[in-house]
Amino acid sequence: MLEYVEKIRKTAGKLFEEDKVDVFIGYKKGSLPMMNQPVLISNADQVDLLHWDSNCGLNLCNYLTKRTDRIGIVANGCNSRNIVTHITENQISRDQLYIVGIPCKGMIDHRAVQRAVKQKEILAIEEQGNTFTVKGKDFEDTFNKNDYLQRNCLVCTHRNPVIFDEMVAPPVEEQIEVDTYKDVKQIEGMDPEKKWNFFTRIIDKCIRCYACRNACPLCYCPTCFVDESNPQWVGKSSDPIDTMTFHILRAYHCAGRCTDCGACERVCPVGIPMRQFTKKLNKDAQELFSWEAGLTLDQRPLLDVFQPDDYNDFIR
Amino acid sequence: MTEKIYTKEEWIKALSGLKSFYNIFVPVRDGDFHTFKALDEKKIPDFNFQNTRLSPKSLVYPQSERIFAYTLDEDTPDANIIKESEKDYSPKAVVGIRPCDAHAFQIVRPNFDNPEYQDPWWIQRYESTTLVGLGCNAPGSTCFCTSVGGGPFSEKGLDALLYDLGDTFLIKALTEKGEAFLENAQGGKEADDAALKAGEDLAAKAANKIEQKISIDKLKDKVQTELFDAPFWDDVAFACINCGTCTYLCPTCWCFDIQDEVLEKQGDRIRNWDSCMFPLFTLHGSGHNPRAKKVQRVRQRFMHKLKYYVDKYNNGVQCSGCGRCVRNCPANIDIREVCELMNRL
Repeated sequence: MLEYVEKIRKTAGKLFEEDKVDVFIGYKKGSLPMMNQPVLISNADQVDLLHWDSNCGLNLCNYLTKRTDRIGIVANGCNSRNIVTHITENQISRDQLYIVGIPCKGMIDHRAVQRAVKQKEILAIEEQGNTFTVKGKDFEDTFNKNDYLQRNCLVCTHRNPVIFDEMVAPPVEEQIEVDTYKDVKQIEGMDPEKKWNFFTRIIDKCIRCYACRNACPLCYCPTCFVDESNPQWVGKSSDPIDTMTFHILRAYHCAGRCTDCGACERVCPVGIPMRQFTKKLNKDAQELFSWEAGLTLDQRPLLDVFQPDDYNDFIR
Repeated sequence: MTEKIYTKEEWIKALSGLKSFYNIFVPVRDGDFHTFKALDEKKIPDFNFQNTRLSPKSLVYPQSERIFAYTLDEDTPDANIIKESEKDYSPKAVVGIRPCDAHAFQIVRPNFDNPEYQDPWWIQRYESTTLVGLGCNAPGSTCFCTSVGGGPFSEKGLDALLYDLGDTFLIKALTEKGEAFLENAQGGKEADDAALKAGEDLAAKAANKIEQKISIDKLKDKVQTELFDAPFWDDVAFACINCGTCTYLCPTCWCFDIQDEVLEKQGDRIRNWDSCMFPLFTLHGSGHNPRAKKVQRVRQRFMHKLKYYVDKYNNGVQCSGCGRCVRNCPANIDIREVCELMNRL
C-alpha cells in the first residue's frame, strides 16, 4: 500500500493546482506507531503531509458531514460506502467531492499486534508489502499482515471503492467465500439468557466515553439520544442497564446503514467488540432485504423505502 | 520513617494480611490491559505492568456516585426531604499506584479541597486512602512525568513507595499513613544500606530513561486571550472525534455533572463524571451553548490543563505526564505536541 502515498500526494497537488478542491482530507503519519491521524490540508504546499498505510483505521467520511466546500478525499472500500450513504442521506453532495479511490488490503489490528508482542511497547512499525515489522526496545518481530488484520477486514468483501473520481491503483482482488457472519450465527444459536449474558459481558468495561459513536460516520445527529435531557431517554450514571440501552440503541440506529468499517471497535479504549451488535443488523438487512449499505447512489436507504412485495404481512 | 525489604512472595503474603486493616486495591491483568481491583483470593496482583489503562482516580472519585437520596412518597413523613446517601469511607490502600497517578491526586486537590470550598466526599475518600506507589524502572515512551514536576520515583502524593529490586521489594514509608500501613504489614526485614543504595541507583537510572520532554516554562507568562485566539486550534481539533476517552482516562480531569434519577417514588441524586468534549457539558438551560463547536471544546481541554489551571493555582500544569491520552486517543491528538504549540506561541 505504501506505493499509494506518492500517487495520493500527486493527485492532491494537482487538484489544488487545477482549483478543483478547496480542501483535501486524508491521513497523516501519527505521533505513535500504528496510529495515523486524519488531516485536512488546504493548499498544495501541504501535500507531503499525506500518507497511507495499513494503519488508517478512522473513517474519513466522519469529517465530511455538512461541509459546504469542495473536498478532495481518499476513500477505500468501506469509507467509499459510507460516502455513498452520506450522499443518499443528504449529509454531503456528490458535486462537492473529488474521491480518490484506494484499493485496500485491510488495516492492521493494533490490539492483536500488541497481544502478539505480549503488550511490550512498540516503538516503530514498518510495512513491507504483505508483511510488517514491529520494533521495541529489546525486540523486533515480523508478521504476515493477513494474520493481523482487523476483524472487519478479515470478512470484508468490498475492498475496492464503490464510488471514485480516480483510482490510485488498479483494483485489488476481492475476498470471496468469506463466512462474514460466523460469529453472529454462533450468538443466534444461544438461548435468550445466554445471549443476554454474552452482551452484558462484552460491555461490562464500557466507560461511556462514546468513542464508538463518535468515530462512526453514521452518528451525525445534531443531538444524540443519550445527550437529550428533555426528555431524558437514558440515565447518565454508569448503570449497566443504561450502558446496555446505549449500545443496543446505537446499533439499531445503524441498521441498514453500517458498512462494517470497524472504526467503532478500533477506537474503543477498553476493547469492546462493538461489531457484535451491528453485525447482526447487517446480517438481517442482507438476509431479509438482500441489502448491503452504501453500494450505489441509485438506491434510497433501506429503512426509508416501502416495497409492495415486502415479506412482512403487517406492512402490506 | 520505616524502610523495609520484602521478597516478592513475602510481599504478596503481607498484602493478604493487610486485608484485615484495609480494602486493598492492586493492579490486575484484565484481558489486554491492567486495572486496579480489590485484592481477593481470585485476583492475582501483577506488579509487572506499565500502567493501568484507566487511571485509579475512580477509587477516590467514582465515575458515578450517589450523593443524596429522597422519596417522593407523600404518605411518608420525610417526603421530598433530601438525605445524604450512605458512603464507604473504610480504610483503603492502593498498592502499586504509579507515581504520576499519585501526583495527579495532588494536582486535583486544590479543586476539591481549598479554603473556599471543600468537597466532603472527595476529601473523606482521599483521606481514608493510603497510596502505596510503585516506582517505574522502565518508563514508557509516552511518559513525560519529569517535564511536569514528577518523576518515575517521585514521592509526590504518595504515602509509601515501592522499589522493585528484582527478587525483592524495598518499601519506604513517606507519611504517617504510610508508616501505619507498614506497621500493619507482617514479615519483611529492615532495609540494609545495600538495598537503599540499590533503590537510589534504580531511581536515578529510571529518570534518565524518560526520553520525552515537553516545555511548559513559558505558559505562565502567556496572555490568556492570545493563546485562546491562537491560529493553531482548527488544525489541532480537526481529527478529534470529541469522545470522552482523554478525559475519562485522565488522572487529573475532574469535571462532573449532577443528575437526579427517579424510579417510581425513590430518587437518587448522582454525581457523574462529565467531559468538556461533550456538547451537553456546556449546554445552558436557555438552549444557548457557549461551546457548540468541536474546536471550542478541544481548545477548552488544553487551555484548562495548560493555562487556566496554571494561572489559577500557581501549581504547575494540570497534567501528571502519564501519557494515557496520548496512547489511547482514537484520533492521535497528542498533548505533547499541543503543549509545544502553546508554549512556543
